[in-house]
Amino acid sequence: MSKKVAFLQGNEAAAHGALYAGCNFFAGYPITPSTEVSEVLSAELPKTGGKFLQMEDEIAAMAAILGASLTGAKVLTSTSGPGLSLKQELIGYGCIAEIPCVVYNVMRGGPSTGMPTGPSQSDVMCAKWGTHGDHPAICLVPASVQETYDEVIRAFNLSEKYRTPVMVMPDEIVAHMRERIVFPEPGEVAVTPRKTPTVPPEQYKPYDTSFGDVPPLAAFGSGYKFHVTGLNKMADGFPTTKADIVQAEEERQVRKVDANIDDIVTFEEYLLDDADVVVVAYGSTSRSARYAVNVAREQGIKAGMFRIKTFWPFPDKQIKALAGKVKGIVIPEMNLGMCSLELERCAQGKVPVLGIFRVDGEPINPDQILAKIKEVK
Amino acid sequence: MAFDYDKWLRPGKLPHIWCPGCGHGIVMKGLIRAMETLQLKKEETAVVSGIGCASRLPGYIDCCTLHTAHGRAAAFATGVKMAKPEMNVILVGGDGDGTAIGGNHFIHACRRNIDMTYIIMNNYIYGMTGGQFSPCTPTGHKASTTPYGNPDPGFDIAKLAIGAGATFVARGTAFHANQIDKLIVEAIQHKGFSVVEILDDCPTTYGRRNKYKSVIEMMNRLKEVAVPVKAAEKMTAEQLQGKVLTGVLYKEVKPEYIEEYAKVIERAKAAK
Ligand SMILES: Cc1ncc(C[n+]2csc(CCOP(=O)(O)OP(=O)(O)O)c2C)c(N)n1
Ligand code: SF4
Ligand SMILES: [Mg+2]
Repeated sequence: MSKKVAFLQGNEAAAHGALYAGCNFFAGYPITPSTEVSEVLSAELPKTGGKFLQMEDEIAAMAAILGASLTGAKVLTSTSGPGLSLKQELIGYGCIAEIPCVVYNVMRGGPSTGMPTGPSQSDVMCAKWGTHGDHPAICLVPASVQETYDEVIRAFNLSEKYRTPVMVMPDEIVAHMRERIVFPEPGEVAVTPRKTPTVPPEQYKPYDTSFGDVPPLAAFGSGYKFHVTGLNKMADGFPTTKADIVQAEEERQVRKVDANIDDIVTFEEYLLDDADVVVVAYGSTSRSARYAVNVAREQGIKAGMFRIKTFWPFPDKQIKALAGKVKGIVIPEMNLGMCSLELERCAQGKVPVLGIFRVDGEPINPDQILAKIKEVK
Repeated sequence: MAFDYDKWLRPGKLPHIWCPGCGHGIVMKGLIRAMETLQLKKEETAVVSGIGCASRLPGYIDCCTLHTAHGRAAAFATGVKMAKPEMNVILVGGDGDGTAIGGNHFIHACRRNIDMTYIIMNNYIYGMTGGQFSPCTPTGHKASTTPYGNPDPGFDIAKLAIGAGATFVARGTAFHANQIDKLIVEAIQHKGFSVVEILDDCPTTYGRRNKYKSVIEMMNRLKEVAVPVKAAEKMTAEQLQGKVLTGVLYKEVKPEYIEEYAKVIERAKAAK
């Protein structure tokens, strides 16, 4: 049997990826350029008894998915720039209370209302530093329609595996372009179930680290009763200010991700084996970068591309290794230099990091990247 | 036999954080009696709050409890109830939490008419943060941020709830402690979004700034201003000056949201 194919927009693919992953609850607030996710799910979710809610604002949408997730639902919200800013306090709530959820954010021009229909990659720092306090961050940056579908599924899986919010952040170009997509068969892609308690209700503690860094999470209404708070908490979920417990809990929350970087971080290496120049790119910008690398090769320049698929945690190890091998790193991005900061941190001054920063609502074209590749001496 | 509150309290979580004389504990006892009257199942009852002294209440109750972020209880609760309609969902919180930062969620929860009950403890002040004025602080009164008297007009929470579409709205006071559980019972039994405003007191941050000499004086004031709706019918506008109506203020049968959404599901399945 041949697989089902379709010609879809990135946002539509995201919605279908969520359904494949078992999403049965969505809450959102309309905002360009992400609204198609809401539109598809408002039609699809009720067909299988799922719930679609259009809330009064993005804060409410974030709150609703966290509440629903605590009952065992698999939850998604989608938004863009201004909405992401509004969600931030509760993304932090999801981190500290350790509630699985997926936040899909289409990057448009900012700050503030910025350029609602223009592409951008300027939310990548917001994905890690947007909410206050130390916390884990996972952020995936797909570069095609197919990858948006696949990465939304992976985001659900990671959020369940690590019991933490996961962000998927396509730029507006990826979110709105149409491409062919091949749907996996049911069961073909693994879907990670939530780790639920094996102990009887009387013994259950929602943050019991004797089960590891990711303790099982019971569902409200499943016979377990427990307390959830946004305050620093103890194993039983109740607030504490005891210094040693707070320190240990904060460290564990961050360690859930930091100790599993190799499991989470994904990337693509393109013509890197003999490369003198590496273009590091992500999202739609990587499509121009691939073209530029091909042209550079035709012209006898040993260029390659490292494509970031997981922006957070950042692929430190891989970039550090590349920095020891190449003569220069080129980073095209639709912001005024965000990924480039991370690259400079990883390159530790060993090689120059040359940026192409564009925030005028136009994509970065291959010519710009090729010219920068040629600047590397 | 004395009422067994302990049955509903989480072992080991007392003493509570509330000051002596704070009205929030009276409201908690009322809620507990209501849950006992209705024989709610602890595992199937979620108590959801925001942030504030009032919002600390869920931590003491032996149910599924969710202490969210400031103002956001109604939005979290909406997620809980929509995802698990078979649960009883009770929201609790303060006047600041519910009508300032959470005002938007409050009115939209009223409008949707999801079958949940919201108990709002109105002590006219931001107690937890030390007594800044809230949207319910009466005009002219003193708060830590209105040292010359409050220039803002206050909200009438019950009217706000009725205007926004809540289908059951009641008001009680911490003085009339025996009435609280009855109002809550009726609110929980009501199909739709029910709001119970309980006027209570914050001696620590509001009372002392507004020349109340004691908690008893604050309680006596609640006693004096409260007029049951029935009694009010026989009173003149002049007699009602400065009074606050108590009891069930509004009740209406309107389509409940989860039932309406079930119809959406049916239509979607039919359209498949
Ligand atoms: C986003 C946010 N803003 C402000 C605060 C600070 N804050 C905590 S409680 C509170 C006021 C609570 O007042 P109310 O809801 O009336 O409850 P009370 O303490 O009077 O019972 C404020 C302003 C906060 N926790 N979070
Ligand atoms: S500060 Fe006021 S509201 Fe808070 S516990 Fe004390 S008396 Fe109650
Ligand atoms: Mg208050």
